[in-house]
Amino acid sequence: MAEDSLPIQFVAPAQRNEAVTLAMWLLLATEALMFGALFLSYLIYRLLFPQTFAAASAQLDSMLAALNTGVLLTSSLTIALAIQAVALRRRALALWLLAATVALGCSFLILKGYAWYTEYQHHLVPLRGFQTDYSALGSGAQMFFNLYFVMTGMHALHLSIGIAVVLVMMAYVAWSDRTAMVTRRVGLAGLYWHFVDIIWVFLFPLFYLVV
Amino acid sequence: MNARRYIGTYLALILLLTATVWSHGFELGGWNVVINLAIAAAKAALIALVFMQLLREKALTRIFSLLGLSWLAILFVLVLADYLTR
Amino acid sequence: MSAIPQTGSYLDSGYSLRSWLLTTDHKRIAWLFLLSLTLFFFLGGTAAALIRLELVTPTGDLVGQDTYNRLFSLHGIIMVWFFLVPSIPATLGNFLVPLMIGARDMAFPRLNLASWYLYIIGGLFTFATVISGGVDTGWTFYTPYSSMFSNTHVVLAIVGVFVVGFSSILTGLNIVVTVHRLRAPGMTWFRLPLFIWSTYATAVIMLLATPVLAMTLLLVALERLLGIGFFDPRLGGDPLLFQHLFWFYSHPAVYIMVLPGMGVVSELMAAFSKKAVFGYTYVAFSSIAIAFLGFLVWGHHMFTAGQSMYGSLAFGLLSFMVSVPSAIKVFNWTMTMRKGTLSFETPMLYALGFIGLFTIGGLTGLFLATMAIDVHVHDTYFVIAHFHYIMVGGMVTAYLGGLHYWWPKITGRLYSERWGQIAAVLMFFGFNLTFFPQFILGYLGMPRRYHSYPDEFQVLHVLSSAGAVVLAFAYLLPLCYLGWSLKYGRRAGSNPWGTTGLEWTTSSPPPKYNFEQIPRVDYGPYRYPIVSGTPPTETRHG
Repeated sequence: MAEDSLPIQFVAPAQRNEAVTLAMWLLLATEALMFGALFLSYLIYRLLFPQTFAAASAQLDSMLAALNTGVLLTSSLTIALAIQAVALRRRALALWLLAATVALGCSFLILKGYAWYTEYQHHLVPLRGFQTDYSALGSGAQMFFNLYFVMTGMHALHLSIGIAVVLVMMAYVAWSDRTAMVTRRVGLAGLYWHFVDIIWVFLFPLFYLVV
Repeated sequence: MNARRYIGTYLALILLLTATVWSHGFELGGWNVVINLAIAAAKAALIALVFMQLLREKALTRIFSLLGLSWLAILFVLVLADYLTR
Repeated sequence: MSAIPQTGSYLDSGYSLRSWLLTTDHKRIAWLFLLSLTLFFFLGGTAAALIRLELVTPTGDLVGQDTYNRLFSLHGIIMVWFFLVPSIPATLGNFLVPLMIGARDMAFPRLNLASWYLYIIGGLFTFATVISGGVDTGWTFYTPYSSMFSNTHVVLAIVGVFVVGFSSILTGLNIVVTVHRLRAPGMTWFRLPLFIWSTYATAVIMLLATPVLAMTLLLVALERLLGIGFFDPRLGGDPLLFQHLFWFYSHPAVYIMVLPGMGVVSELMAAFSKKAVFGYTYVAFSSIAIAFLGFLVWGHHMFTAGQSMYGSLAFGLLSFMVSVPSAIKVFNWTMTMRKGTLSFETPMLYALGFIGLFTIGGLTGLFLATMAIDVHVHDTYFVIAHFHYIMVGGMVTAYLGGLHYWWPKITGRLYSERWGQIAAVLMFFGFNLTFFPQFILGYLGMPRRYHSYPDEFQVLHVLSSAGAVVLAFAYLLPLCYLGWSLKYGRRAGSNPWGTTGLEWTTSSPPPKYNFEQIPRVDYGPYRYPIVSGTPPTETRHG
């Protein structure tokens, strides 16, 4: 296996590993605050329109979303196992697990896309130029759907980035012999993937299970 | 062995997911939200501690993992201080 | 620890454009930022000059109201995001953090370069905004005006700020990780120069506040482009929510803008008193305290906006608390000079100017945190004067002080001390002449953001504009003599001021990888007096 060269600013590989892990967690903290602005808006408008939010939530397909939650949780398991397989240099296993992660991520997006399409057919998408009908749901209903589409949209965007990153990781695992580097990078990709999963874990009850 | 821990955690996560969906079938008033969010927090904690290896990280990384949450708490508390007393 | 062969100064490691544009050397990236920041400073300054020129007479004769609105918006956006926020962290911070802690580069050199490119891309969007006709919302982008009514290029301006926000996140990330993980052996937290403490505190704010701004501006853009109205009152949306989210970033951003300046002044006070900073630990922790408390006070921008009275009460009280760590700093700087061996070279003049102007700015901030007074002076020139005393009188002064102090290290050349002193004194007078009348104007009721005003305000406005002329001249001076020194200045030795700090143990300009051997640090900072012949911070090669 080829040696992983150490950049000039580090004196030991351990120092470098600590630095990148720290950086990734800091990046996730900024991501958390970014989503935090949305969660806060959600909270404020839910406090203002509690009944409407319950009525609007009932328009969404909660079983589909529960299934999707299961899909994402499973993908978290596969990527966690993949990181371990990379560290143990079990290349074929790692590739299969990463491929499974990508497949699960894509399934999530397809199911999510289907859900959005159904909502479009029910005139629930609040984009300019789209026909909408919230008359049965009470005042503030459009705000619920604004929040719903922006927040699930932002999540889907992050998940898409995650899928792209995992695909790059598969290329590393398949073709690179620098185990230390690949292990480090796959580990970072995993942290990001889990974070995106955690965001969904909160989105699920907030949008689909309002009573 | 890590794999066993991961699979155990995964089963716990699925169990929690089932519990959320199941609890949705009951009319519990305000408690529905509390249960939902408590379960979501438990799931997030499991993912962070086991899958994201926080249990094994250095103290500094653990502190930094709480940084985002603490600052979100500041944002939420002070904005609510306005909205809830308006 | 392995030694690396030395290659000559970082300035000599390549002369091609490519060697600069693709560099990952923190010292060269500091130069990239320095040059582009200077450009934006003069662009924003030009807008300010036009504003002051228009206000010489009570009627709108130079520009009409629409142009005026675009001018002050442009001035604010450029000065806040393209000058003040990155000013010290991205230039002096980039250059000095690795040198001061005994590292060979930042933790993530390529991320560091990416930060500059993001800055430039954001800057191009801002240029595009100007060329296509500007934006008239003010730098605050308040909804619903920005999201529903303004007919100017709001989205373009927002994209610029959004992108430059990521530049600031990456710089912050780099600084935090570098300070945590790349300190030389023996460089414990309490042996760090105070500049590092304040830059670290700044970087933490950048990381935690900027993402909220990014998302908030994104929501405004979505509302304009796609009609997803987050803050639209017709849908039950609340414009005050926008203000909460905006100020959750923008008030801490004030501390992003002033904390690094405080760090510079701490260094300058020790250097030109030849004495350790009085109460090191208090000054160090006051930086952290300011960074933290700065997140708890944003509601004082919303006293008259319809925020809950009890919310205002809490925000007002918390705002007063920020004055405690700020005062600790001012008192400790003053005490540092006591019984010191004072000398008054250019950087020290800037540092003294900072202390005076920052104190005035800080004290008038207490007026504004007092709800009853704020109702009277809200959105008047009193507020304008207050934050210019902090931002310009404080931060720009400290930035120039630091630039002069480290100029011999950065360039290896000495600038003309005489001209430096003239510019520093001129700037102090020009600044006060420009902004002190604005306190009175505001107290008398002159609102901000108007291009015309009643006749009785003219005397004060003319005084202010006259000051602006002096100030503009004083800002152009350093551009001339610092530029001149690059070619004709005398060569600087490795430690021209005879001060402490690891950066002064390297040659001027420093070698490409800073330290041949990573130094081992056995002592705290500011060990004065320096015994001649020994290096300022005693280092043992390990």
